[in-house]
Amino acid sequence: METDLLIRLILLLPLAGAVVNGIAPLFLAQFRTRETLIGTIGTTVVAVPFLLTLYLFVTYGGDPVVADFYTWMAAGDLDLSFAYRVDELSLIMTMVVTGVGGIIHVYSIGYMHGDEGYWRFFAYLNLFIFAMLNLVLANNLPVLFLGWEGVGLCSYLLIGFWYTDLSNSSAANKAFIVNRIGDFAFLVAMFMIFQELGSLSFDVLLTQGPELSVDSLNWIVFLLFIGATGKSAQIPLFVWLPDAMAGPTPVSALIHAATMVTSGLYLLARLSAVVLSAPVVMAIIAIVGAATALMAATIAIAQNDIKRVLAYSTVSQLGYMFMAAGVGAFFVSIFHVVTHAFFKACLFLGSGSVIHGMEEVEHSLEHEGHDVEDFDPQDMRTMGGLKEYMPATSTTYLLATLAISGLPLTAGFFSKDEILFKAFEFGYAGHGYAWAVWAVGIFTALLTAFYMMRSYMLTFEGEPRWAAPDRHEPHESPSSMTIPLWTLGILSLVGGFIGLPAVIKGGKWNWIHHYLGAEYGGPVAEASLHGHVPLALEWGLIGLSSLIAIGTLYYAWSVYSSYGLEYDAFLANRFGGLYQAWKDTYYWDEFYNSVVVDTLIDGIGRKAFAAFDTNVIDGAVNGVARLAQRASGGLRLVQTGIVQNYALGLVLGVALVIGIMLFGV
Amino acid sequence: MDIPYLTSLVIFLPTLGALLTLFLREASSIRWTALVTTTLTFVLSIGLFVGYDPSVSTAIAPQLADVSSAWFPDTLDIKYFVGVDGLSLLLIMLTTLLGPIVVLSSWTYITEKQKGYYALLLLLQTGITGVFTSFDLFLFYIFFELTLIPMYFIIGIWGGKNRIYAAVKFVIYTLVGSLLMLVAILFLGYEAGAAVNNGVFTTDWYKLLEYNIPIATQSWLFALFAFSFAIKVPLFPLHTWLPDAHVQAPTGGSVILAGVLLKMGTYGLLRFCLPFFPNAAQSGALLIGILAVIGIIYGALIARVQDDAKSLVAYSSVSHLGFVVLGLFAFTTEAMQGAVIQMVNHGLSTGALFLLVGMLYERRHTRLMDDYGGLAASVPVLTTLMVFSVLASAGMPGLNGFVGEFMILLGSFKSTVLDSTALVVFATTGVILAAVYLLHMVYRTFFGELDDEANADMADVNGRELLLMAPLVVLMFVMGFFPNPFLRQTEPTTEFLLEKIEEKRTAALEQAEPSEETAQLPAAPPEVEEVTIEVDKLELER
Repeated sequence: METDLLIRLILLLPLAGAVVNGIAPLFLAQFRTRETLIGTIGTTVVAVPFLLTLYLFVTYGGDPVVADFYTWMAAGDLDLSFAYRVDELSLIMTMVVTGVGGIIHVYSIGYMHGDEGYWRFFAYLNLFIFAMLNLVLANNLPVLFLGWEGVGLCSYLLIGFWYTDLSNSSAANKAFIVNRIGDFAFLVAMFMIFQELGSLSFDVLLTQGPELSVDSLNWIVFLLFIGATGKSAQIPLFVWLPDAMAGPTPVSALIHAATMVTSGLYLLARLSAVVLSAPVVMAIIAIVGAATALMAATIAIAQNDIKRVLAYSTVSQLGYMFMAAGVGAFFVSIFHVVTHAFFKACLFLGSGSVIHGMEEVEHSLEHEGHDVEDFDPQDMRTMGGLKEYMPATSTTYLLATLAISGLPLTAGFFSKDEILFKAFEFGYAGHGYAWAVWAVGIFTALLTAFYMMRSYMLTFEGEPRWAAPDRHEPHESPSSMTIPLWTLGILSLVGGFIGLPAVIKGGKWNWIHHYLGAEYGGPVAEASLHGHVPLALEWGLIGLSSLIAIGTLYYAWSVYSSYGLEYDAFLANRFGGLYQAWKDTYYWDEFYNSVVVDTLIDGIGRKAFAAFDTNVIDGAVNGVARLAQRASGGLRLVQTGIVQNYALGLVLGVALVIGIMLFGV
Repeated sequence: MDIPYLTSLVIFLPTLGALLTLFLREASSIRWTALVTTTLTFVLSIGLFVGYDPSVSTAIAPQLADVSSAWFPDTLDIKYFVGVDGLSLLLIMLTTLLGPIVVLSSWTYITEKQKGYYALLLLLQTGITGVFTSFDLFLFYIFFELTLIPMYFIIGIWGGKNRIYAAVKFVIYTLVGSLLMLVAILFLGYEAGAAVNNGVFTTDWYKLLEYNIPIATQSWLFALFAFSFAIKVPLFPLHTWLPDAHVQAPTGGSVILAGVLLKMGTYGLLRFCLPFFPNAAQSGALLIGILAVIGIIYGALIARVQDDAKSLVAYSSVSHLGFVVLGLFAFTTEAMQGAVIQMVNHGLSTGALFLLVGMLYERRHTRLMDDYGGLAASVPVLTTLMVFSVLASAGMPGLNGFVGEFMILLGSFKSTVLDSTALVVFATTGVILAAVYLLHMVYRTFFGELDDEANADMADVNGRELLLMAPLVVLMFVMGFFPNPFLRQTEPTTEFLLEKIEEKRTAALEQAEPSEETAQLPAAPPEVEEVTIEVDKLELER
């Protein structure tokens, strides 16, 4: 089949799904409850593109294919097309998006069962896939930006999906606006690129971009990175992601863990040749990534909402990916994008299954007349012992936990270890800051294993902590939900074998490196290093991280199985104010509230500008009007209507004129 | 099919309809007459769109032109001279499209003195179409003033509580500006007549275009013209009539006001100020650009703190029009094309926003956002339409608003006339702020719990309302994904205008100081740019 046609189908099928699922039920209420139909359409339009992508992947010949559909806008030097590009990088991303996306669509069929907005949910989810595919397949920055903003829109719609609760809608607004701050930087970067190169296409940017002046390059890459911190939730723009958990759980898995939030990394990998030419900004990227990873991991330790733990964990893992990008190992960040998509989607979907179970408990309690006002089905403090009731959920959750913690041979082990090794190698080759990044990475790995094991232990092990568990039992989710869990759980175990480390066969078995790497003809460039880390040291590093993972997992398992929640109290005691800061997420929200809401909107908007508008500007306008009124009021006195007065005026006037003529004044 | 006098027909058919309504008694037949007339006008105007051929140059005369010099004696070269070029085409289409939409939106909204309302509405349309088609400055002025009177009555009679204040403010504000412009027109007509028309006073646009005005004269003529148009746009700080007029006007009035009336200001800047006074316009570009950007940010932040949904949308116009003005004064093809398309886009999306707010008002008789909340549950279709229009207005790529904003900012960033990166960066923050205030409106009005019974029982959009929104929704989408067919129609005229501006600018400089001519011209940059373009093309071909 023609590649052009395939790309068209891959892109347009999800859009068609969104239109059908969105429009028909909106106008015809009887379609809103046709769950099977809606769910089937919604899933098919993602599954078919996955199969088509698989076909493209298998038949891919090694040369990028560009499909240029039509001109979007043109004026002067600007000549923008809806152009798409199939190469190794976009193929991998498309497979993740449609593959993991398809699995999550299947899961949603069961998860959203009975929801009034079932149709809307699938329409938004399909629209999301369309936007995300635009993002990863685009061949120029504006089409990428179309997808970039499009996924942001879908994220907004889905976070605020249950709109009757205003807090959900305000989380949605927050996500959209914070993302827009990043998008603002993205836009300015595009303007700069256009000014410098007269084009926004990747072909021009990647060939001519690296030759620009260092100053321009630094600015361009820095602005694009700011854009990436918005979408990929890094300091200082990460604050929207934890709140985004207000959306339905499949959304958290798909958008806020597996795909959308990784688009910042995709952007950097796509433009790797340009990013590498701005070493100063690379240092910033690595340091911001490391700081975010550490910060989010500490916060995750002190959270009790199961989805919040996972949200901060996502922020932290994204930080790892930025560390990789910052040390010039873009293919490794994509590697981690892939493995993270597996285990984090599995964790989120598992948490969704748990929440379903706990809601069952809640309803049962309510039925028996208990007060469930304070019952939170996402609070791990009321869970415990769920392993008994939900064996599939608990096993898959454990598998994904082990993977994210970096237990040797799991998916997370290979990708995270590669990141740490690349950071180490970069430092070894003479970039001082990379040592610090590496050290932070190692320490964060320890924290990761700890908080993830904690979340598993508190949720699934020990004794149930809700009232009368013998009468209020949760049940395992239906197979439409557990099959996706098992699929992702198994991928979390074996997915790492696509990138075996250099110690094995000298790196020859590192498939993803060979597939993506520019030195093997792929699209992703990497930093060239002088001086290689000795083999023995490399083995030592692997040993170290294995030791940390296994040791911490064991430690967390033992303390939480013996002390349970008491160990949290112990930690709070031990770390005091620091623990409180973790719990309160380092007060970022308070900071933004005072800057944005209090200063910008209330201060500048209301107290300064709006007041200035009514009092000063409009005051002046009305003042002039009053002045005119008063002046004419004065002149009105002249118009007495008494003819003698007018005659007198006439005579005086004539006298004046004659006087002037006579004396020639 | 060739219809004779098509342009004039499009202008005056509504007047004919207005006259017809005067003889009708029944309200429903008046409404139908108005609807049929405006619809017919729109259909005819499609003939303009189809008949206009962008490959035919408009450098010497507009296309589809109607000329008659029977109006004034030979001692004055004032003509009835109308036609179409790339600058006016899309705005004419927008005006004729909004015609039937506005009539439909007033169908049940206007219940009193319907005859007067629809007659004035139709008259107003003639005035606006006339403004966009005139190629005689004097004729332009007449149409420009003609729009004032119907709008004054529409606000003053069918408006809200504070309608008289708003109507008077609107008229006085605009009149002050346009009287100053009249003085400038008379002066310009005599000067140009002496220079290029054998001493005969002229207001022919093409003759005025040929006249190279000395730099010293340019600056004050430019100031008078620009002042008048800046009030109309409105440019900060001349904008305070706008929120009053918008909030008080009936829905139909607001739609016309935001949709096309404001564009008379930006159109006037583009049609007259830039090409007639290029040196003055370029020296003033940065100052006007700064005012435009202040307007973008200032308007947006004030919009955010409004309690009245309509006033929020009104302030959003101040913000959005700032982009258009910035684009005009960048003097690059990208930005100017962006400005032309953005005028249309703003008309579509802001028109839609006003229509939707009007629908809410018609149902609940309040515009305060606090009186609403949770409407998404009771009126899902209206909510969907609103969210769609909000996204278009906030510049979501794939919808119309993005195209104009993007091209304007892209073109302004590289502008050597503005030559201010910081200015464009500040303008770009408007993208964030638009999301801030528009989403806030959606949040307060449509989301949350339905705790008011009046809101819970609210009826969703009916067939008529759906019908009037449909063309706008379709166009917002079409102009977002397929703007190029429209851009292609306008580009030749924009290019011609920019070339003319550059030619006149250098000529005026030469006149002033012929010796320094070479030193003043930035000769090197254009060449460098050309080289890069060629490289791009080669890259693409490969």
